[in-house]
Amino acid sequence: MERAEIESKMSELLVDELGLDADKITMDSRFEEDLEVDSLGVVELLMALEDNFGVQIPDEEAEQLSTVGQAVDLVAAKLNA
Amino acid sequence: MTSDVAIVTGASRGIGRAIAIELASRGIAVAVNYAANADKAGDVVAAIEASGGRALAIKADVSDAASVAEMFSVVGEAFGPVTVLVNNAGITDDGLILRMDEEQWDRVIQTNLTSVYLCTKQALRSMIRAKRGRIVNISSVSGVSGNAGQANYAASKAGIIGFTKSVAKEVGSRGITVNAVAPGFINTEMTDALGDAVTERAVGQITLGRLGRPEEVASVVGYLVSDGASYITGQAIVVDGGLAL
Repeated sequence: MERAEIESKMSELLVDELGLDADKITMDSRFEEDLEVDSLGVVELLMALEDNFGVQIPDEEAEQLSTVGQAVDLVAAKLNA
Repeated sequence: MTSDVAIVTGASRGIGRAIAIELASRGIAVAVNYAANADKAGDVVAAIEASGGRALAIKADVSDAASVAEMFSVVGEAFGPVTVLVNNAGITDDGLILRMDEEQWDRVIQTNLTSVYLCTKQALRSMIRAKRGRIVNISSVSGVSGNAGQANYAASKAGIIGFTKSVAKEVGSRGITVNAVAPGFINTEMTDALGDAVTERAVGQITLGRLGRPEEVASVVGYLVSDGASYITGQAIVVDGGLAL
């Protein structure tokens, strides 16, 4: 999957699953500080990523995520592994 | 709440049966879970359908993750995403602690407490997505006050209360409520097994002077899943006729 495709799918999930405003989402947006996603919201996003991209994201890796771009990197790395 | 879908675990008899019937009477489509007694579960479904309600019987071992996942998938296909979960399934295997073997301990904890974890985890996936949901966990006064000969059962039922409060805090922001109901001595096969002497002694300690009926627990569960209880979460409501006063 192309990175651009992952980015657009990621934005779509953030809007659909977490109810975020599409205009506010950039690759540099931080989940907690910029997008006001709480810890349960991050878990919701992880479940959505696992369901939609067919990847497994262990808790240790999930804990490292703080920006949208990092989540895209992680999914890209998993898909191309 | 006409679009609600409920799973009631251990609903073929006793308190679970009464809860399934109560929820169905409130317009909720009810999955009647059972472990072994297909005939009795079928009777509950028939009783609900005879009153114009919607129900199905679903066999599942609620202490097994794969079995729980399968149950939610079947119920989801039939009725839609689960928005109400009543964790009622429970067993006793009594004995004084000095004579209680690990198998007795494990079986009761698995069936009564691990099942609550497994079903709740599964249910929350769809509830969080729907931003609505009601979970009611059936505890026991044994878990509140303790009971000689029931260390395993009381531990599982007290565990349910701690679990209830923790999960209530985790999902409160999504409009989901999680409560526990702790029945006292209710007239079921489980209390029949205690024998007349134990029952008589228990009745002597009950303020209302009698055992409770399953319907008297079910009506509280019905209330907790209703719109009227929208501001109640993380509570353990004792329904014991004044036993613990």
